[in-house]
Amino acid sequence: MLMLILSVAFVLFVLLNVLPLFKGLGRWIDARLPVFSFLVEHLSHYPAPKNLNLWYVFGALAIVACAIQFVSGIWLVMYYTPTAEKAFSSVQLIMRDVPYGWLVRYVHSTGVSCWFIVIYFHIFRGLMYGSYKAPRELLWISGVTLLFLMMAEAYTGYVLPWGQMSFWASKVIISLLSSIPVVGNDLVVWLQGDYEVSGVTLHRFFAFHVVGFSFLILLMILLHIIMLHTVGSNNPDGVDIMKHKDRKGWPLDAVPYYPYFVLKYIPIILVYLFVFFAIVFYAPTFYGLFLEAENFEPANPLVTPAHIKPAWYLSPYYAILRSIPDKSLGALAMLLSIVLWMFLPWLDLSPVRSMRYRGWMSRCALATVVSAFILLGYLGLQTATGWYLLLSRVATFLYFSFFVLFPLITYYDRDLQVPERIPGV
Amino acid sequence: MSSSDPNDIEEVDQVKRAFLQKTSVFLGAVGAAGIAVPLVSYLSPNKSTQEAGKPIKVDISSMQFGEQKTVLWRSKPVWIIRRSEAMLASLNMTTGWLKDPDSSVGQQPDYAQNQTRSVRPDILVLLGICTHLGCSPTYRPEPKSVDDSWEGGFYCSCHGSKFDLAGRVFKNMPAPINLEVPPYHFQDGNTLVIGE
Ligand code: HEM
Ligand code: FES
Repeated sequence: MLMLILSVAFVLFVLLNVLPLFKGLGRWIDARLPVFSFLVEHLSHYPAPKNLNLWYVFGALAIVACAIQFVSGIWLVMYYTPTAEKAFSSVQLIMRDVPYGWLVRYVHSTGVSCWFIVIYFHIFRGLMYGSYKAPRELLWISGVTLLFLMMAEAYTGYVLPWGQMSFWASKVIISLLSSIPVVGNDLVVWLQGDYEVSGVTLHRFFAFHVVGFSFLILLMILLHIIMLHTVGSNNPDGVDIMKHKDRKGWPLDAVPYYPYFVLKYIPIILVYLFVFFAIVFYAPTFYGLFLEAENFEPANPLVTPAHIKPAWYLSPYYAILRSIPDKSLGALAMLLSIVLWMFLPWLDLSPVRSMRYRGWMSRCALATVVSAFILLGYLGLQTATGWYLLLSRVATFLYFSFFVLFPLITYYDRDLQVPERIPGV
Repeated sequence: MSSSDPNDIEEVDQVKRAFLQKTSVFLGAVGAAGIAVPLVSYLSPNKSTQEAGKPIKVDISSMQFGEQKTVLWRSKPVWIIRRSEAMLASLNMTTGWLKDPDSSVGQQPDYAQNQTRSVRPDILVLLGICTHLGCSPTYRPEPKSVDDSWEGGFYCSCHGSKFDLAGRVFKNMPAPINLEVPPYHFQDGNTLVIGE
C-alpha cells in the first residue's frame, strides 16, 4: 500500500517536473506539504551500499506483499459477515457467487503464506549479514515486533472463515493463556467475551484483524523504514560505508537508490508476482498447506478434527509448544522462541557483522538454528507421537541452545579482518 | 508578562510551572484510567451472553447404562454418562496409574470430590474439554479399545491424553490435570440441572 502510494506520488512528481507547466505547481505544493522532497530523499537519493544483492529485495517484496493483503482484504470485507451463523456461508458466497470473489479470496489466502515466505528470507538475510548489530538494534527489534504483529494478524484472520480448523486452532491457542497462574481462566473469558470461543469471539477477532493489528502493522512498517533510513542499510560485507564520505558527505561506497536499485528491483518484483499468481491460479490450496481441507467444513464445537495442525508459518512455534510435556512451560517456551530474537544484538559478541568474515563456528551456529527451525516447521504439521515427538524435542533443544551458545561462539570464533571499503565490485 | 521572550527565565514562575505539570500529568492519568474502564469492560461477556450462560435442565430418564449424552452449556460440550456397575468397578483398577486419583486439585465442586467424581455414582457429568489444549476427547467405553490395558475411558486424539471413566487423567499425559466437573445438581430423580 505504502509502496503503491509512494510510487504513484513519485510518478506524479516526475510528471510535475517533466512538464514545465506543472513545475511551478510542484514547487508551490512542496513549499506547503514537503511530500515530493520527502519522496526524492527516501526513494531516489537514499545512499544504498553499492554491493547490495538479491537478498535485499525482500524488504521491498514485503511491502508489495503487505499492499496485496490490504487491497484484497478490503474487497473481502465487502461481502464477509463476521457472525457465527453467517461467516462460513459468506465465504462460500464470495467463492461461488461474487464476480471474481474466488480470485480475491485466493489472492488473500495465498498472500499470507507468500508474505511469510518473504519475511523469513528477509530475516535470514539479517542473520547472515549481521544486520541486527549496532547501530541497527532498534531496527531489528521493530522487525521482530513486526513478526509478532504479522502472527497476530494471521491468527485472527485464520479464525474468520469459521471452518473446523479456524474454530479448533483458535481454541487451542486461546486456551494456552489459561495456563497463566491465578488470572488465566478469567483472562480467557475476557478475551473470548464468552465462556467458550463463540460468535462473540469471532466478531472481535474480526475487529482486530481488519482494523487493530493491520493498523499497527502499517505504523510499525513506517517506523521500520524511518529507522532504516536514519542508520542506513547494512550490506553483504558488513562494511560500515559511513566511514568514508566525499566532501559533500556522500558515502564513497554508496550509489543512489534510484535508478540503481529501483530499476533492478522492478523486474524482480514482476517475477515475484508471476510466481504468486501462478500459485493463485494453479495451486491455491498448495496441497493443503495454504488452505487446509478440514477448514472447508463449518465449525462444530462438539467435534474436534482428528488432527489439529496450525498454518505452516506458525508450525515451528507449535512444535516447540508440543515438545514440552508441561503445558505452562510449553507456552512459555513458545513465547521465548520469538522474544529471544530481540536480544540477538547483545548476544552476538563478534566485532564482525557479516558471515562472510566469520569463522566456521558462527556459520555452524547459524546453520544449526535455521535447520532446527525448518525441522520444527515440518514436525509441527505431523502428529506428536513416537519418533516425531523425540525429534521435535531434539530440534527444540538445538533451537534454544543457539541462544545460550551464541555469545560464547561469537566471542571465541576466529573472524577474518573486515576490509575498510567494500571490496571491488 | 512584560518580557517579549516567553522563555525568559526571570519571568517564569518555576514552582507554578512544576505544579501545573504535575497536576496535568496526574489528571491525564486519571482520565486515561477512566477511559480504560469502559474499553476493558466492553470486552467481558455481555448481558445476553451471560443470559445464554444460565443453568440448563436435562431429562435423563431414558438413559441406558453406558450411554453418553452430549449437551451444550455455555457453548461447551457437557457429557452425561450413565455408568454400569462394571464401569464403576474399573475405577478401582486404574487408581495406580493416575496422576491425581483422589481429585485433590479443584477440578470439581466439593460434592463431586469422591472416587466416582459425581453426586450419584452412576451418573457422570463432565465438561468435554481436554485440559491440555481444549480439544474434545472421545468416549471409548469398551475395554482394550485404545490399548491393551485400556479399561474404558476418554481418549483425546489431539495429543493423545487418556482419562479413565471418571475423567481422571493418567500419568505422563500432555493434559496436566483431570477433566473438569461442572457445577450441577438433581432437581428430581430424572432432571439434571447443569450450571449450579
Ligand atoms: C511487514 C514486515 C516487514 C517489512 C514490510 C519490512 C521492510 C523492510 C525494508 C523495505 C527494508 C529495506 C530493504 C531491505 O534491506 O531489504 C528492511 C530492512 C531491514 N529489515 Fe525489515 N521489514 C519487515 C519485517 C522485518 C522483520 C520481521 C525483521 C527481523 C526480525 C526485519 C529486519 C530488518 C533489518 C535488520 C533491516 C536492515 C537490513 C540491512 O540493512 O542489512 N524486518 N525492512
Ligand atoms: S488437547 Fe487433548 S491432548 Fe492436547
